[in-house]
Amino acid sequence: MSADLSELYQQVILDHNRRPRNRGKLPTANRVAHGNNPSCGDECSVHLRLDGDRIAEITFDGSGCAISQASASLMTTQLKGKTAAEAQKLYDEFHHIVTTGEAPAEISDLAAFAGVHTFPARIKCATLGWHAALNALKGDPLPATTETHKD
Amino acid sequence: MSDLARTRADFPILHQQVNGKPLVYLDNGATSQKPRRVIDALVHYYERDNSNVHRGLHALSMRATDAYEGARTRIAKFIHAADPAEIIFTRGTTESINIVAHSWARAHLKAGDVILTTEMEHHSNLVPWQQAARAVGATVRYIPVLGADAEGGLDYAALDTLLTPEVKLLAFTHISNTLGTINDAARLCARARAIGAVTVIDAAQSIGHARIDVQALGCDFLAFSGHKMCGPTGIGVLYGRRALLDQLAPDETGGGMVVSVTYEGAMWKPSPERHEAGTPNIADAIALGAACDYLDEIGRDAIAAHDHYLAQIAMEKLSVVPGIRIIGPRVGQPRGGLVSFALAEVHAHDVVTFADEDGLALRGGHHCNQPLMRKLGLTSTTRASFYLYNTAAEIDVLVASLHRIQKFFVG
Ligand SMILES: Cc1ncc(COP(=O)(O)O)c(C=O)c1O
Repeated sequence: MSADLSELYQQVILDHNRRPRNRGKLPTANRVAHGNNPSCGDECSVHLRLDGDRIAEITFDGSGCAISQASASLMTTQLKGKTAAEAQKLYDEFHHIVTTGEAPAEISDLAAFAGVHTFPARIKCATLGWHAALNALKGDPLPATTETHKD
Repeated sequence: MSDLARTRADFPILHQQVNGKPLVYLDNGATSQKPRRVIDALVHYYERDNSNVHRGLHALSMRATDAYEGARTRIAKFIHAADPAEIIFTRGTTESINIVAHSWARAHLKAGDVILTTEMEHHSNLVPWQQAARAVGATVRYIPVLGADAEGGLDYAALDTLLTPEVKLLAFTHISNTLGTINDAARLCARARAIGAVTVIDAAQSIGHARIDVQALGCDFLAFSGHKMCGPTGIGVLYGRRALLDQLAPDETGGGMVVSVTYEGAMWKPSPERHEAGTPNIADAIALGAACDYLDEIGRDAIAAHDHYLAQIAMEKLSVVPGIRIIGPRVGQPRGGLVSFALAEVHAHDVVTFADEDGLALRGGHHCNQPLMRKLGLTSTTRASFYLYNTAAEIDVLVASLHRIQKFFVG
């Protein structure tokens, strides 16, 4: 297997893909947002219980490739307990990682996604869950989409 | 040199490495590669004949017009149309179907009418009908696909109940781009004609792979794309029976399609000009004619036989990959030259990304077939689609790659 590919499919990613964390619906959710990648058919819904400005609980469900599923799973572990502003900041870091491959200043599991940057077609997979989560935080009822072009 | 080696030598693009491995191009269902002959036709046109058609009296314009109209005649012969005027150049299958959905369906359908199609249609042969139905208050009905893996093909027995007098149009795909199912087009057209319904065949997947005779099939309209039959992108055809095309109001209006224009209005030319407003895609139409020549020299029966040969090998070798679920016809049953499958616990995009490392070009996703995927309980599949230049050895590369992928993700 090439170095690029083993960078992409890091152990952390494979693990989250095989054993997703916080997967399923959230009966107590007060925010839900749905995201999709029209060309791949990847789908991801993020369910949140916001307690004031803080994410008290967060789950995701949907289907998609290992990158999108692992990213959504890992995201839920990172976002729990964060405020909307903190979530946005984490996403900005994550976006920087997946588009540049540069590791963040602080040690973070998110760095596992650095390998995505050599596969530009997969960036939208990695960010799908994040888009849904940010929309849920905004209370945006529209489905998030990481694509605008046609299939 | 064997025939297959000679065919491969005709396609310059095949002889390259991808990720350090020889390219194995198995994405022909999306678009085919182009032989040197077709590429040369484009270059020749732009280097020697480029000019606008129909309006000029100078030498280049006459050469361009002759070549453009010659391509129309060539394509009419390719599908055995009765008259070259039955060939309308479009951008491709999607535009061709949309012309019928706009010009024919909106003029002839009314509230309460039914458009009949199938559960296995590409979005391009589905959404335009839904839109037309919505516009006139008609409904869309679907011929069911049989079997948990759609292995049973269309439910022809259901036609008895589905073909009611309200059905005014039947639109169906000749070969499914997702399942590989080959539909009995002549039978479907005959049944529709018996109740006076107009028929539209989506021949996107069959045009470059099998002999097509529109008169023997008995269809009213037939749509296809040049790029899936060794021709260029951006050019396709709407075939329509002359009687229908000459009545059809133009979908687009402008230059080139009018007999006379006054400040008050205009009169349309007959088909094909009335349906080709503006400067057409001259170069690509001419190159599409060259693609017809090429395919007929190889022989479409030989191509169909090669598809069948590769599909059967692929079915046998793929069916033993652990965790694989192949959709469409079972091993040994007839199918077009493509196989689409899901691997347990591995998403199609991960399969395609991994396979790319082995030089393989595959397609993963819903193949513009979302309702069918949903019906089969799938969100995506991986598809390998073959053409005249693919080899049995390339299928071995695919199978080896899938074993490796399965091992990596599932262990
Ligand atoms: C069965 C079928 N119909 C329609 C189309 C649309 O063709 P185009 O995109 O060339 O208009 C395709 C191509 O993917 C197809 O496979």
